[in-house]
Amino acid sequence: MWDLCTNALDTARLRGAAYGDVRVMHLRQRDLTTKNGQVGTLSQSESVGLGIRVLADGAWGFASTDRLTQDGIAACAAQAVSIAKASALAKRGEVVLAPEQAYVDSWQSPFRKDPFEIPLETQLAVLLGADTEMRRVKGVTLTETDMQFRKIDSWFASTIGSRIHQRRVISGCGIAATSFQGQEIQKRSYPNSFGGQHALQGYELVDSLDLMRNAPIIAEEAAALHSASQCPEKIGTLILGASQLGLQIHESIGHPIELDRVLGQEANFAGTSFLTIDQLNKLQYASSIVNVVADARLDHGQGLGTFAYDDEGVPAQCTDIIKAGKFRGYLSNRETAHLVGLDRSSGTMRTESWNRLPIIRMTNVSLLPGTWDYDDLIADTNDGILMETNRSWSIDDRRYQFQFSTEIGWEIKGGKKVRMLKNPSYSGITTEFWNSCDAICKLGHWMLWGTPNCGKGQPMQTMGTGHGASPARFRNVRIGTAFSNQ
Amino acid sequence: MKSATKSKRASAFASELLPERELRRIADTVLRLAKSTAAEETEVHVDEVANALTRFANNAIHQNVAEHGLTVSIRTVVDGRTARATTNRIDEDSLRSTIEASLSLAHSQPKVPNLLPVPGKQRYRTINRFVKQTAGLSAEERARAVRRACDLAVKKGQVAAGIFSNGKSQSALANSRGLFAAYRETHSEFSITMQEGSAAGWAKANSADVRAFDPQKLAARAGEKAHLAVNARELAPGRYTVILEPAAVLDLVGFLFYDFSATALADKRSCLNERMGKQLFGQNISITDDVYHPLQQGALFDGEGVPRQRVMLVDRGIPKNLVYSRAAAKAAHKQPTGHGFALPNEYGEAPMNLVFGGGDSSVEKMVASTERGLLVTRLWYIREVDPYEKVMTGMTRDGLFLVENGHVTGGVRNFRFNQSLIEMLKNAELLGPAVRATGEEAFEMVVPAMKVRNFHFSEVTKF
Repeated sequence: MWDLCTNALDTARLRGAAYGDVRVMHLRQRDLTTKNGQVGTLSQSESVGLGIRVLADGAWGFASTDRLTQDGIAACAAQAVSIAKASALAKRGEVVLAPEQAYVDSWQSPFRKDPFEIPLETQLAVLLGADTEMRRVKGVTLTETDMQFRKIDSWFASTIGSRIHQRRVISGCGIAATSFQGQEIQKRSYPNSFGGQHALQGYELVDSLDLMRNAPIIAEEAAALHSASQCPEKIGTLILGASQLGLQIHESIGHPIELDRVLGQEANFAGTSFLTIDQLNKLQYASSIVNVVADARLDHGQGLGTFAYDDEGVPAQCTDIIKAGKFRGYLSNRETAHLVGLDRSSGTMRTESWNRLPIIRMTNVSLLPGTWDYDDLIADTNDGILMETNRSWSIDDRRYQFQFSTEIGWEIKGGKKVRMLKNPSYSGITTEFWNSCDAICKLGHWMLWGTPNCGKGQPMQTMGTGHGASPARFRNVRIGTAFSNQ
Repeated sequence: MKSATKSKRASAFASELLPERELRRIADTVLRLAKSTAAEETEVHVDEVANALTRFANNAIHQNVAEHGLTVSIRTVVDGRTARATTNRIDEDSLRSTIEASLSLAHSQPKVPNLLPVPGKQRYRTINRFVKQTAGLSAEERARAVRRACDLAVKKGQVAAGIFSNGKSQSALANSRGLFAAYRETHSEFSITMQEGSAAGWAKANSADVRAFDPQKLAARAGEKAHLAVNARELAPGRYTVILEPAAVLDLVGFLFYDFSATALADKRSCLNERMGKQLFGQNISITDDVYHPLQQGALFDGEGVPRQRVMLVDRGIPKNLVYSRAAAKAAHKQPTGHGFALPNEYGEAPMNLVFGGGDSSVEKMVASTERGLLVTRLWYIREVDPYEKVMTGMTRDGLFLVENGHVTGGVRNFRFNQSLIEMLKNAELLGPAVRATGEEAFEMVVPAMKVRNFHFSEVTKF
């Protein structure tokens, strides 16, 4: 693969590129699903190709190809330079890249069981077993399960001399039970909605989930939700389960700190951010107990945002985002770092595949654990609502106003969970919400959740991000608005 | 290593598509190789894309990309079992490995109940949606158009961001019973957001023919909206009469498409469960699925090669018909409509080419007829809150305006909505002519602008 990289970079230089980086990627994926006790999707795929990004005449160009012959790669590299020169027709300044060292390295994410070596029969048996358990429950009208495995090899080379090979193995698994009764559809998912949990792990992730034990629990809950009380509409105390809090972090912290958004580069599509540069180190983003980092290092855990180097050849780093409630940092790349006074990229350029340009992406944007035991947190709550497992999510294009609903809620009275609530939802303004956080559970309740489906960029790219979170409590939150009908 | 099309591909330019005969040759190679395996039946999809996209922000190009890719996806059937494997390597060894991978997957599962044999030869209509001017648009031409739009922004003291893209794609589908289908098309798109202070305006167009829109006019329209939105006032949340431009209509009604799947009804996850044949929407709402409509795009056959049929989904407010894959049709004792997804899958089918019946109004007439209401340019981050009542939440974006006494009087801070689509389509008072609309939440469809009463805005944001 290095020959392909060298060929591409040599051609780019000859055509006039001042800088170039190239990624050859080999992506393998296996997808398994079941529905109502039968196999649904059963497929695997592989894709190999090359993408090259160049600076020429002070502007960017990118081209990609799956024609991995000498001629095909030369044509692709020449096209990238030609596109860069076209970009220069509408430039208003020179691109300046923060300095970075050259690295020659090879890294593989750790895993105990290669999911591609586990027999398919074994994997299907796990899914069909969980599916059967869910279908035993009266009132369940639809059962779904899924597994997804990916193995991604990338060979990165740049004109500054880097040669980096990385292999990342990713696993995902989840189950869901749906119940249609009367005029209502209710659904419960485990361990999370929209495909379950996803992590930079091998098949050991599936082993750890204990689907068979949890299948009847969520199936019973899906059926029971029909007779549960409607979540009230009020201003009150909210406790979020860890997976829902992970998505709350993703939408209301992770996206606003992307420096390309802040600088207007996503204004037409993914949107901008309320976190203008003048607010760095000044804004009280959250209450003083809130600490958030963007951490791509393996030390943080095996999340979807874990790697050794980003797709710009910058080593994985941990960046303080919120420290003791104060806004401290952005996600940057080599082009934007200097705009916030940094002398180095924070290492967040990531690409979905060989045919996509790397862009600024979340890594693992995580809320650090607090001090509360979960049982103590419930016991300390006199009147509140606990919400678990995301059902819908939406936030404005500057990341101020959000609304989430979850699959299930629980009313808490006098320090106890007293009854199930259906159709729970909450909404708010980002900084007001985070400043109302008064309790975060400790490390034993903390989980690095995977969000596998984050869309951004044009052409659209889907990226996996990680979000560590433990249950947390928020005061004076607007609850129930999604189902109000004023 | 032997290549199915080695000499042809090596000489091709990075952005050229293969001729159709080459796709057929790849498909034939797969079918020939599969004959010497355990596969009882084989189906092969060959898909190729060559796309380019110029992205601009802060009045300059900041990203500019091109891609070429070809995939071969193979489904085999053996002993009542089926599975799919996909590759983008087309040498014979890779194709043979992919066939074996598909067979290995298929062998690993229980028998599929009621698995149908692959269909035989079909007859297809022909439509030409491959426009050479679109296919040939160069990076320089896109850059010059972007430069003109950015210069307009600078002249007006505004900031432009957006994309100008073009591309071409083709698909071929063949199977071991002799079916062969092929389709190619071009596509182009210009989208622009103009920002003036904290205000923004937006315009976008999408067509197989790049000559169907004028980037400069779109830039001017977005700029006018941004200027009109300056000093937006805050209104209280509540129920308002809204005039939804086509992009806003599209991004809402786009969430209805899967509800018309026969499999979705069988799974009891459609909002049409127990509602078929009833007066669900207003009498002015009629919806067909029609890939042959002159403003539509997409292949004329489904994931199994069945020709797409025109299907009347909603007739004067009453859901009348669903779409059926072959398997769903057999289960329901109906005829397949040509809307099935590639097998194997758990979702069945969906109409992908919705066409709404329009009306004779227009956005201007709707504004003129409104005493007090809101004109909505575009919506954002729409998600389903209640799947049966089809309550959607989302935000307005890039141009929300107050209408008073028949005139647009100024910008309004953006709202969050929580609105049932069923209720919305009951409350549509006026419809414009149906046009090819393009947004960001749904794929392109043919929908009208709508004036809707009692649209529910639940909260307001800060801009």
